[in-house]
Amino acid sequence: MTLYDQLPALVVAVLLFTAPIAYMLRLHGFPWAAATAAVVTSFAVACSLAATVIGGETIIYEMGGWPAPYGIVLHIDALSALMAMLITGASSAALIFGYKSLADEVGEETAPAFFAAWLLCTAGLVGMVITGDAFNIFVFMEISSLSTYVLVSAGPDRRALISTYRYIVMGTVGATFYLIGVGFLYMVTGTLNTADLAARVGQVEDIRLVLVAAGFVSVGLAVKAAVFPLHAWMPNAYTFAPNAVTVFIAAASTKVSLYVLMRVDYAIFQNSIANHDIQLTLFLVPLGVLALFVGSLLAIYERNLKTLLAYSSVAQIGYIALGMAMTSVAGLTGAIVHMFNHGLIKGGMFMAVACLALRYRTVNVANLAGAGKAMPWTMAAFVIGGLGLIGVPLTPGFISKWYLVLAALDKGWLGVFLIVVILVSSLLAVIYVWKVIEVAYFREPRANAVPVTQEAPLAMLIPTWIVVLTGVWFAVDSSVPVGLASSAARTLLGVAP
Amino acid sequence: MALLGLYNYFVFAVLLMIGLYCVLARTNIVKSLIGLSIFQSAVFLLYISMDKVDGGTAPIIQEGVENQVFANPLPQVLILTAIVVGISTTALALAVAVRIKEAYGTIEEDKIQEMDREP
Repeated sequence: MTLYDQLPALVVAVLLFTAPIAYMLRLHGFPWAAATAAVVTSFAVACSLAATVIGGETIIYEMGGWPAPYGIVLHIDALSALMAMLITGASSAALIFGYKSLADEVGEETAPAFFAAWLLCTAGLVGMVITGDAFNIFVFMEISSLSTYVLVSAGPDRRALISTYRYIVMGTVGATFYLIGVGFLYMVTGTLNTADLAARVGQVEDIRLVLVAAGFVSVGLAVKAAVFPLHAWMPNAYTFAPNAVTVFIAAASTKVSLYVLMRVDYAIFQNSIANHDIQLTLFLVPLGVLALFVGSLLAIYERNLKTLLAYSSVAQIGYIALGMAMTSVAGLTGAIVHMFNHGLIKGGMFMAVACLALRYRTVNVANLAGAGKAMPWTMAAFVIGGLGLIGVPLTPGFISKWYLVLAALDKGWLGVFLIVVILVSSLLAVIYVWKVIEVAYFREPRANAVPVTQEAPLAMLIPTWIVVLTGVWFAVDSSVPVGLASSAARTLLGVAP
Repeated sequence: MALLGLYNYFVFAVLLMIGLYCVLARTNIVKSLIGLSIFQSAVFLLYISMDKVDGGTAPIIQEGVENQVFANPLPQVLILTAIVVGISTTALALAVAVRIKEAYGTIEEDKIQEMDREP
C-alpha cells in the first residue's frame, strides 16, 4: 500500500476534502488559493494516471477494499484519464485565470462558499468519469449539478437567477430520467457495476425493459449534455454566469455527460441490443445535423458575444454527436478528440471574452469596435480560437474534423451527406467568427463610447495564451490526445488494438 | 391479476406524468417546483417497489431463525441517497426562488420574461 496505489481515489478526495476548508477560510484571497492548490494537485494526479493508462491498461481501484460487484470500484481507462485531465486542467486554468475577474464579479462575502462550490463541482465531474458504478455516476452527477447551479447563480446580472432556475428544472429532469433508466437496468440484471452490467444485460431474455432503460438513460444524458433540441438551458446559463465559471463549464461540464452517454451506449447496450448501432445512428445523426445548422445560424444572428459562443457550442456538440453516431473506431476517435479539442478552443475563447468584458464592461458585439487596436493580444487569442472552431489546419479543430471526415468516408451515401454537412457548417462558422473580427478590427468605435486603451492585465493574458498555445501544440503534435482517444475508441468498441 | 400486481408501477407512471405536466404547465416558479418534487418522488416509489419480496422482512440475521426471506436492502439504500439529493435540489431551487423574488418582485415566469425583454 503505497501512496501511488491510492492515486485513483486521491484525484477526487483532494477536491472533496479541500471544499470545507476553503469554506472556513475567511481571509481575503485564501479560499481562492486553497481551491487553486487543490485543483492543480488533482490535475497533476490525473496526468500521472493518464501516463499509466495510455498503453491501453485499465486501473481498477476497490473503494474500501470491497471487490466488484459488491463494492463500488473506480474504473480508469484511457477515456476516463483523458476526461479527468480535461476537467481538472480546465478547472485549474479557469481558476488561475479568474483570480482578478472573479474578484471583480463575486463579492468578498460570498467568495468562501463560491470556491467551495467550485471544488465540489470539479470533484463531481471527475467522479463521474472515473467511477465504475452506474448509481455512483448519478450521485456524482448531482454533486456537480447542484454546485454548478450555485456557480451560475453567482453571476452579477439578475438574469443569472432565472437562468439558474431553468437550468435546475432541466438538469433535475435529465438526472431523474437517468435514475429511472438505471432503476430499470437494476431490475432486470440485479447489478449496478458497469462492467458487470455489460456482461449481464446480454443474458436478459425480455429485452423490452432494457430498451426502455436505454431510452430513459439516453434522453436524460442528452439533456445534461445539451444535445440539440435539449439545449434550451445552456445559452442563458453560459451568458449570465461569472466569466471564469463560463470558461470552466463550457470547457468541461457538457462533455462529461457526453462521456457517460458514450460509455453507457457503447459499453453496456452495444453488445446486448440487436441493431443498437443502427438505432444510435438514427437517434444521433438527425440531432447532430440539426444542431450544426440551428446552432450556427442562431450564432450568426446573436448580438451578445457570450451567447454567440454558447450557440456555437450547441453546433460543436453536434459534431461530437455525429462522431458517436458513426459507430466506427475513426468516428469515435474523432468524437473523443473533439471533446478534448473543443474544451481547449472554447475555454481559450471564453477567456478572451472575459478579458474583453473586464475592460469594455459589456459583451455586446457591436460595442467591441476597435478592440483589435486597443487589446491586440486578447483579440489575437480570440482569432486563433475562432480559426479552431472553423477547423483551419494547424488548429485543434482541424484534427477532430479530419477524423470525422475519415470516418464518414467509410459510410457510403450517408457519409457523403455528412461530409457536405460538416463543410457547410464550417462555412457558417466562418460567418459568425468573421462577424466579431469585422467589428473588432475594421470598425471605428462610436464617438460617444468610453475609449478603451488598456490591454487586459498580464495575470489574465498569460493563462489565456497558455491555453491557446496548448491547443496549437496539440494540433501540430496530436499524438497524446489522438493516442488516448483511439485507444479509448478501441476499448469502447471492443476492437483489439 | 397480473395487471393488479403491477399496481405500484402504474402509480409510479401516473405520478411521474403529473409531476412533469406540473413542471411544464405552471408559470409560477414555486408551483413548478412542487411538480418537480412529485416527479422525483415517483422515482422513489419505483425503487421501493422493486425491492419487495413476497413475505420478505427486514434483512437482519437473527440467531435461531432460519430460512427467513428478506427484502432486497440495496434499492432502499440507493433511494435514501436519492431522497437526500431530491431534498437538496428542492432546497436550492427554493433559495433561488427567494432571490428571484427579491430581484424581480415576482415569481411568475411570464412577468419576469416581460421585464427582461431587451428594449
